[in-house]
Amino acid sequence: MARVELRGIVKDYGAVRAIHGIDLEIEDGAFCVFVGPSGCGKSTLLRMIAGLEEISGGDLMIGGERVNDLRAAERGLAMVFQTYALYPHMSVRQNLAFGLENMRMPKDQVAARVAEAARMLKLEPYLDRRPRALSGGQRQRVAIGRAVVREPRVFLFDEPLSNLDAELRVAMRAEIAGLHRRIGNTMIYVTHDQVEAMTMADQIVVLRDGRIEQVGAPIALYNRPANTFVAGFIGSPRMNFLTCTVTARDAEGVTLADVHGRVLRAMVDARTLAEGDTVELGVRPEHLHPDPDGYPVEIENVEQLGGESYLYGRTPDGTALTAHLSGQTGLRRGARAHLAIRPDLAHVFRADGSALPRLRLGELEAAGPGGPVAG
Amino acid sequence: MFRWIIARRGRERFDLTDWMAFGFLGFGVVLMLGPVLWLVLSSFKTEAALQEYPPRLLPLAPQFQDVAGFDAPLQRFAVTGGEHAGRELVQIRRVGLNAQMIDPADPDTVLNVNIADREPVRAVEIAQENYTTVFTRFNFARYFWNSTFITVVATVLTVLFNSMAAFALAKYRFTGRTVVFVLIIATLMVPPTVTLVPLFLVVSQMGLINSPWAVIWPAIATPTGVFLLRQYMLTIPDDLLDAARMDNASEWRVYWKIVLPLSAPALAVLVIFSVMWRWNEFLWPLIVLNRSEVFTLQLALNSFQGELQTSWANLLAMTVLTLLPITLVFAFLQRFITQGIAQSGVK
Repeated sequence: MARVELRGIVKDYGAVRAIHGIDLEIEDGAFCVFVGPSGCGKSTLLRMIAGLEEISGGDLMIGGERVNDLRAAERGLAMVFQTYALYPHMSVRQNLAFGLENMRMPKDQVAARVAEAARMLKLEPYLDRRPRALSGGQRQRVAIGRAVVREPRVFLFDEPLSNLDAELRVAMRAEIAGLHRRIGNTMIYVTHDQVEAMTMADQIVVLRDGRIEQVGAPIALYNRPANTFVAGFIGSPRMNFLTCTVTARDAEGVTLADVHGRVLRAMVDARTLAEGDTVELGVRPEHLHPDPDGYPVEIENVEQLGGESYLYGRTPDGTALTAHLSGQTGLRRGARAHLAIRPDLAHVFRADGSALPRLRLGELEAAGPGGPVAG
Repeated sequence: MFRWIIARRGRERFDLTDWMAFGFLGFGVVLMLGPVLWLVLSSFKTEAALQEYPPRLLPLAPQFQDVAGFDAPLQRFAVTGGEHAGRELVQIRRVGLNAQMIDPADPDTVLNVNIADREPVRAVEIAQENYTTVFTRFNFARYFWNSTFITVVATVLTVLFNSMAAFALAKYRFTGRTVVFVLIIATLMVPPTVTLVPLFLVVSQMGLINSPWAVIWPAIATPTGVFLLRQYMLTIPDDLLDAARMDNASEWRVYWKIVLPLSAPALAVLVIFSVMWRWNEFLWPLIVLNRSEVFTLQLALNSFQGELQTSWANLLAMTVLTLLPITLVFAFLQRFITQGIAQSGVK
């Protein structure tokens, strides 16, 4: 077990800088998820921590020790790959034992560790099979088992679930979370799937173009995204953005006008804004609700899932707007809906994309006492 | 199990395509296997049967008989026409179109028979002594050992060095990688005859002449092998190598425990090629191996062809023995060839 610390980590590919000075602390025993769109550098960063990519600059500290110059194996980490990377010519047992044999561990100890991992991951019936003869979920468990037997200080996961079907993904998600609870090691997990990030992480690191956009607990990122990128990335479907102009400010928040002059309110700390500034008003689809006085929206598509409904529409000026309503809806394609935005659920972003601090979290009030943790 | 032999396109009976396919394949079989079959059959013929003209396919030897009063055995003939038709006689000598023959039971009466009226008596005679003399008189075991040693050692070293080079070229990024690779491939375009003399000078300077290593060392680096293995290794996912590195494996162990086993089909192809090359190699050993005790089989076969006299029976027997090992190697490894060639290069 160990604390992982990144200090100004940089990666250059020739003249191209892929990672621009990452500073990050991952507490001992934390489940940290790197999330971001493809090409954001999350896998590169993980491979640099693993020791599979050279670190061009900065310090990587694991357990208080600088490990930049240590080989991958010497860092005491284990990694689970997206492709599982099981050795196809070895049985499951040999796959699990390979790392231990490389460490010249006595045979009986190897056997004991393999048996223990196989029991924990329910792999006992398959120990003598080749990976080819296993299903996707079983292969994934073997890959995890190969990491577990080494008893590493830190587990690294590189999009481990992206090759699985949806159902299996949910099951394996729970399995990995359960594994983390049981053995309590530090885990670093890379994914582009924000549902995985939200459900598993203690700490989410949102990356874009080799830079950290925001670090925080999942709910904190959801409630207080630092900028439009994080706001758009965390939460599904994406947050809606409306371009507005500031018309008035007060202690309670800010009054905005959209391009058609409709008045909207948002409860944010607007001291840094001036009247006349252009801002982006952000509202999550699940925070829009039908209201006769609401924002007029032309419905282009309706998805009814029974328990919930999605409305896809456009405002009069052509901005796409998505609404997520619980329950069923009578609205049809081509109809006009009026959707209201609650001021305590709205986000406001400056023209440069950065968020204004929210004064009240409507999400908490909606949940009532015993609801979600404050972010 | 052997249904594929009679597999056909027509459901019930042979249609035109089947006839053509079988005809073409049959022609191919005769063309390819005919000479080999003839060689094997001939290797069991006696020297006398080999000298016969026109030659025959089966090892049917002309028959001879000792007759009192004659030094050499006399050849037996069946008379098919003329006044002695139906009798079996032996021939003393031929005079023009007539043969002077006698009945062994009555050696004093010389009978004249037209040569068109007689037919040699033949019997199947398997001349195993062709093979036994190869071992007793010609030191076959020595040549076989020389050839085997060179083939096995050269193949092991070829596979080892070529796979290491291929591993580096396929899986490591270093400056000049492409240059090195292109250089290796470029040597394919240099005809071996061009390098013959310089190579001989090097080998002779190193004092390797008349040593098996003179054949082995120049042979182990083959561009074909490097290319074949590299293309195959490109298809091994990098994740596997990374996983092994995370699993505490040294680079050598990554190569030895992961890359080599996974390249088995391509390695098998290279083994077959290398065995065939080394076993059948003639020109280079002829140049560097001059003493008969270091001869390979191919050189020994060549030395059978004397200036004045060639022992055909033994030569053929030894040729068959020379063919056997390589046929066996090929039979065991051939299924990898298609597999290996099909997979290498296709990413």
